Amino acid sequence: MTTTTTRPSATEPTTPIGRSSDYLDNRTGIGHAVKEFARKVFPDHWSFLLGEIALYSFVVLLITGTFLTMFFVPSMSLSTYHGAPKTMDGLLMSDAFASTLRMSFEVRGGLLMRQIHHWAALVFMASIVTHMMRVFFTGAFRRPREFNWLIGFTLLLTGLLAGFTGYSLPDDVLSGNGLAIANGVVKSIPVIGSYMSYFIFGGDFPGEQIIPRLFTLHILLIPAIILALVALHLMFVVVHKHTQYPGGGRKDGNVVGFPLFPVYTAKAGGFFFVVFAVLSLMGATMAINTVWNYGPYDPSPISAGAQPDWYMLFLEGSLRLMPGQAEFVSWGDFTWSLNVLVPAVLPVLLLIGFALYPFIEAKVTHDDREHHVLDRPRNRPTRTGIGMAFLAFFVILAFAGSNDLIAIHFHLSINEITWFFRVFVFVGPWFAFWITKRICLGLQRKDRELVLHGHETGRIVRFASGEYIEVHRPLDEQERWVRVNYTAHQPLELPAPNGPKGTKDKAYKSAKRWAKLSRFFYEDRIEPVTPAELAASHSHGEHDALPGGEDHALVAPDHSVDATEQSH
Amino acid sequence: MSKTTDVTVPHPEGDLEHFQDPGIPEHRHRMADTDPKADKRAERQVVVLFTISVIGTIVALWAYFAIRPDGTTAGVRTSTMVLGLAIFFALAGIGVGAIHWAKTLMSDHEVVEDRHATRSPDDVREIAVQKLADGIKDSGIGRRGVLKGVVVSALALFPLTIAVPLISSVGGDWNVGTFRTTLWKKGTRLTYDPTGRPIKASDVTIGSAVHVIPEVTDEYRQSGEWISEKAKALVLMVRLDPRDFKPFAKGKENWTYDGIIAFSKICTHVGCPVALYEQQTHHLLCPCHQSTFDVADGAKVVFGPAKRPLPQLPITVDSEGYLVAQDGFDEPIGPSYWERLR
Ligand code: HEM
Ligand code: FES
Repeated sequence: MTTTTTRPSATEPTTPIGRSSDYLDNRTGIGHAVKEFARKVFPDHWSFLLGEIALYSFVVLLITGTFLTMFFVPSMSLSTYHGAPKTMDGLLMSDAFASTLRMSFEVRGGLLMRQIHHWAALVFMASIVTHMMRVFFTGAFRRPREFNWLIGFTLLLTGLLAGFTGYSLPDDVLSGNGLAIANGVVKSIPVIGSYMSYFIFGGDFPGEQIIPRLFTLHILLIPAIILALVALHLMFVVVHKHTQYPGGGRKDGNVVGFPLFPVYTAKAGGFFFVVFAVLSLMGATMAINTVWNYGPYDPSPISAGAQPDWYMLFLEGSLRLMPGQAEFVSWGDFTWSLNVLVPAVLPVLLLIGFALYPFIEAKVTHDDREHHVLDRPRNRPTRTGIGMAFLAFFVILAFAGSNDLIAIHFHLSINEITWFFRVFVFVGPWFAFWITKRICLGLQRKDRELVLHGHETGRIVRFASGEYIEVHRPLDEQERWVRVNYTAHQPLELPAPNGPKGTKDKAYKSAKRWAKLSRFFYEDRIEPVTPAELAASHSHGEHDALPGGEDHALVAPDHSVDATEQSH
Repeated sequence: MSKTTDVTVPHPEGDLEHFQDPGIPEHRHRMADTDPKADKRAERQVVVLFTISVIGTIVALWAYFAIRPDGTTAGVRTSTMVLGLAIFFALAGIGVGAIHWAKTLMSDHEVVEDRHATRSPDDVREIAVQKLADGIKDSGIGRRGVLKGVVVSALALFPLTIAVPLISSVGGDWNVGTFRTTLWKKGTRLTYDPTGRPIKASDVTIGSAVHVIPEVTDEYRQSGEWISEKAKALVLMVRLDPRDFKPFAKGKENWTYDGIIAFSKICTHVGCPVALYEQQTHHLLCPCHQSTFDVADGAKVVFGPAKRPLPQLPITVDSEGYLVAQDGFDEPIGPSYWERLR
């Protein structure tokens, strides 16, 4: 690109590219944008690709989805089907189901597009979830990125809706049963449940309106919302500039990586094609949602072992685990269907609580600084533990949503499995938290040990005194920097109460609660090695054990131990 | 606190308490940077990859025109497979080619760019605040309280003009009373699902489970209304040795006929069809969330997330020996809802 693009007053462009750039810039002023963005720096790491996969599979959904809309008929009018496959010939079915069959069997490439679309939906959700985990475990949600965390979270929920509305469109037995369950859940809402059901179905379930309604949501409203949120999400990524992993030269005040043009453009652009290619491969070789095997929706048949798409399994699981006793009739003969309401609402509430995590962490950490260098998960043991606990909860629910398959596969009784999960769904996350935190603390200790004593070389040397030692190779600067460059936060200090004891002091009480929570976060912590410590360990001789050796020397429960923090 | 908004790096220098940042690791050269042969080789590989893409596109177009669907599942699978694989190569050639190019031939020198605090600088903020203040002053909104109130009210109210018609229309006639009614009434014949053939009591063998729908005309069964009615009227009927029944509930002693008993097939949990019958235990199992109902004991829940028994359909036989309903269900079928018992 020549300078003429940004300065029309400069010498007349001579090359064809120069001339067309000149033409364009005279009318758009695009030179400003090119100057600003062309060499914008993006850090490189495999875990940064997860968000890209989400974005690219969404683009694939738009492309294949548009193909499908050309042939899909969103209508529930019934007629007798004549056509392939033979098993469906002569059956009474809705236009929606018939058009799905025609699209699969008569439109060349139609089945391929359907299968790519469905696989892309599954990959879309999976990449959103893993992307979210990356953001959580590395602390990328900290200031200034809290809004983007919330936007991403909304995208997750909207993605669920997109998936559910799409899954329901073909009007086959499975999708109809999914809608029947949704109807049952909606009806359980106190006071307005029946009216909500009518609101959705336009009458008694299933009625003749639900497919056209879902269609409008699925191809217009929800994709538009997702598109708008994605745009906002990416805009913030540009405004904030991407975070980077810790390492030599990486600071909160800079960004180290490759320029957008050409390296990042080639890599990211290439990666879009790779994602699209893999989804095409999946669509080509792996059958999914073979609706002609299920048949058109009829309220009567159902097959055991039918599974919803994976991202809905957690709701299925929580519905399965809740004991029926929770339903009761109150005074006035009103029915409280808590056996349905609680398992449907509770996981969603938990998810929302998860969305608020960045604000809670900032408060208990007293952290109001901008962060652009990511955390290594081990350096935040409590956060990492909490993340794993949430993950465990939803994974256990998802497994509970397949308890019948587990029962068949392992020849177990379904009742026992259900009881196991009823207990495990509470114990499992707690255990996941505990073990993860322990592992993190262990890894931090190992880091300390490495920094202080270097790598084991396996070489044994014998001293004149007859003593044997193993030779250790000290870490190089870069290796060491990664392991010492972090802050071990301390619990908040409790302010002194304002009034005399016994008086009502709301601010004090709330500060006390926060301090308590803060202790939960930071009472176990491991300080990074300081140059002073390293020097001390060297003067002791390489073969010494860890100073103090024991855990409690490193885990400082009271403030007196670590002068490190007070010093700045 | 406002000082903390700076993007500060604590202790970049290093001291007794803090190590010094060693800076960006030294750059390591790749083969292609130093060895012209490796460079040529990498270039050739990129060329091959993009060529694969072109071939993939050609094969995809050929597959589209050459492989016609023959209406069989296998035929459709073949065309899907060939077309899809060709598209895979067309896309993967471009994708892998571009990435390989970027990795081997483009500069791999890391670039450092400064960051600035996200917040706008103080002078910018000041100007922004001033501009807003000027605007507010120009509009006079601060002085004109009534005007402010009316503007806010008008803006808050006008969405109702769209929301109210929309919301009140999407619910159809809002007659949620239909949850209580089904097609079953006194004298309705029980017929096989899906054929609609009436069922003779003598045809039902002990231990068998029969899926039942109410008798309606053939035309009705072709209509859109039927699916919604069927979704409520489905019945599952089984025949037991009469001695296997636990004592019947009061008022329901005569609701069976010669060991034949009929229940609503719609689960009282969230409404799946309860379709699996286990002959030895007399248990009905809902495949959705495994609620288990004991047919011998009034379809009481013995396990799972459902609370209430399946509603029972009182049955008998007519003069020709066909099974008929004595009456409709005496309670709403299916999942619970707020005003179910009102
Ligand atoms: C935003 C993310 C989206 C997700 C998660 C998603 C998911 C799904 C799923 C799971 C299906 C069922 C496919 C099957 O097996 O038949 C489906 C069907 C469908 N989708 Fe999407 N979709 C998305 C976006 C779109 C868009 C943007 C369009 C159109 C522009 C679209 C158009 C359709 C159509 C027409 C069907 C019915 C096709 C059939 O029944 O075979 N989808 N969608
Ligand atoms: S619908 Fe039958 S158990 Fe849930």
